[in-house]
Amino acid sequence: MTLLEFDDVSITYQSRQGQIPAVRNVSLSVLQGQTVGIAGESGCGKTTLTSAVLRLLPKTAQVTGQIRLNGEDVMAMTFGQLRAVRWAQAAVVFQGAMHALNPVQRIEAQLAEPILLHEDVGPKAACTRVGDLLEQVGLPARRARDYPHQLSGGQKQRVMIAMALACRPSLLIADEPTTALDVMVQAQVLDLLSSLVAELGLGVVFISHDLSVLAATCDRVAVMYAGRIVEQGRASDVFARPLHPYARALAAAFPRIGDARFRYAPAGVPGDPPFPGDLPTGCPFHPRCPMASELCRTSEPVLENHGEWAAACHHAGEVLV
Amino acid sequence: MLVAQFRRSRQGMLGLTIFVVFAMVALLAPVLFDESQLDVTKATGGVFETPSGHYWLGTDDAGRNVLAMVVWGARISLLVGLCATVLAMVIGTSVGIASGHYRGLVAGVLNRITDWFLVIPFLPLAIVLATVLGKSLLNIIIVIGVTSWPATARLIRAQTLSVEGRPYLERAKALGAGDLHQMTRHVLPNVMPLVLANTTLAVSISILSETTLSFLGLGDPTAVSWGTVLDDAFSSGAISAGAWWYLAAPGICVVLVVLGFNLIGRTLEDILDPRGAHE
Repeated sequence: MTLLEFDDVSITYQSRQGQIPAVRNVSLSVLQGQTVGIAGESGCGKTTLTSAVLRLLPKTAQVTGQIRLNGEDVMAMTFGQLRAVRWAQAAVVFQGAMHALNPVQRIEAQLAEPILLHEDVGPKAACTRVGDLLEQVGLPARRARDYPHQLSGGQKQRVMIAMALACRPSLLIADEPTTALDVMVQAQVLDLLSSLVAELGLGVVFISHDLSVLAATCDRVAVMYAGRIVEQGRASDVFARPLHPYARALAAAFPRIGDARFRYAPAGVPGDPPFPGDLPTGCPFHPRCPMASELCRTSEPVLENHGEWAAACHHAGEVLV
Repeated sequence: MLVAQFRRSRQGMLGLTIFVVFAMVALLAPVLFDESQLDVTKATGGVFETPSGHYWLGTDDAGRNVLAMVVWGARISLLVGLCATVLAMVIGTSVGIASGHYRGLVAGVLNRITDWFLVIPFLPLAIVLATVLGKSLLNIIIVIGVTSWPATARLIRAQTLSVEGRPYLERAKALGAGDLHQMTRHVLPNVMPLVLANTTLAVSISILSETTLSFLGLGDPTAVSWGTVLDDAFSSGAISAGAWWYLAAPGICVVLVVLGFNLIGRTLEDILDPRGAHE
């Protein structure tokens, strides 16, 4: 069953510098029980794209195309319908858990918030649910009485995951859930997420700039650059044999220890990502691309098929000589 | 933590001591002096008697004990000051949060109303309102309350805007919270420290305002407050009679209480300042 479907979605911010296209012609779908990763540098449109699912974008953003959540067009919903859908059908684990908790409220009150807002249960029943939720993410139930500052970063992230699960949503949007956590805690949080996904059969959209994280957690991956998906396919394919030179550069930025090929290979991508309001002509990646040809400067490649595995590149799959 | 920090502040404790002393005096007024001492017809002393062992603060033109009047005046002055402040804080906080939370038209209208109250000079507006509403204790509270909220509204609006930008409000929106829920559960607790610190500073202004309005004869004529005592002293010719105690006693009381509240307010502000300027 398709939980979430982006159908030719473009998102444009109105600003003083004119129209800024943050997301351009993105099509992507998430099935039940599937984890889909979205990779890309900062500012490539990952968060903008996923914020549109619950219509959390600022008023200056214009969305075209269709976003269907469980078959319903999100953009056509009334505000009341939208509020009912928020968290009950799709929940978000926010970027930077440190700040997504209100410092002046107890964990208990904040975890109970979505339950009390969406379900007709009393404070007592909500309280027991809070205890269960905390134990589900591996925290003792008595931590419910704590304030956010009494928890460590990893514990706060667990609380955020527990909160996302509070209303038993079918779709989870994890926006860089492990950024700002140290590697050990990151591994624990990822394990927890994977086991919860398997247990509850959730669909997950997993945003990260860290390909190693996505490789470990996702079934499918979409690589974004300058607001477009430049490559998508099965996670194992995309990481092992990336077709797009940008995806290749991203994958190469994480060397495999002990693999001689990574020793002298140039890592990283030279230059900066383009400003979305002033994209280069042709393929937006061409100024930074080692394989750029005349064709790349003039015509923008499109993502040919939305099927199994595709890349938006004139030289997809070619090996750099 | 807050209590410990407050206790370490000498000026804060001094302010609190002043407040507690005056609050105790106000509460114990009926025990200290019988209410009949305020009655001109039952006055026992002579005209403008100087302070003595019997009348610690002397007597007024009708032979009433000035100390009794000042003690009873503390009740009204503090009551009006506190009630008017609560009213001003409720209005100011509501308007501030609402104008910070709702952008666009609502914020525009609320801000212009705040501007209007901010720009109109306080005293003429208060005098007109007091005259229209009539002389009573409740009206004085209303007059002070509805004229002294705009500065608070501005302050709270600024703080609300900064809280609105925090991720937990985005989270609250994402989990389906409505406007009222966001304002009462997330914004209000976060601006509350500021409201409290501002309250102590506003109390002193309210007490001063009450004194001013009563001195101008706009207070409740049946209630004795420091303002009405000052008014009586002025109109009975205490100045030309050299009865300095009649003017000084209520005047010093006002100064002390205002000082006390200011010390408390400044200390709270220092402690609650997120930039840690008090270190």
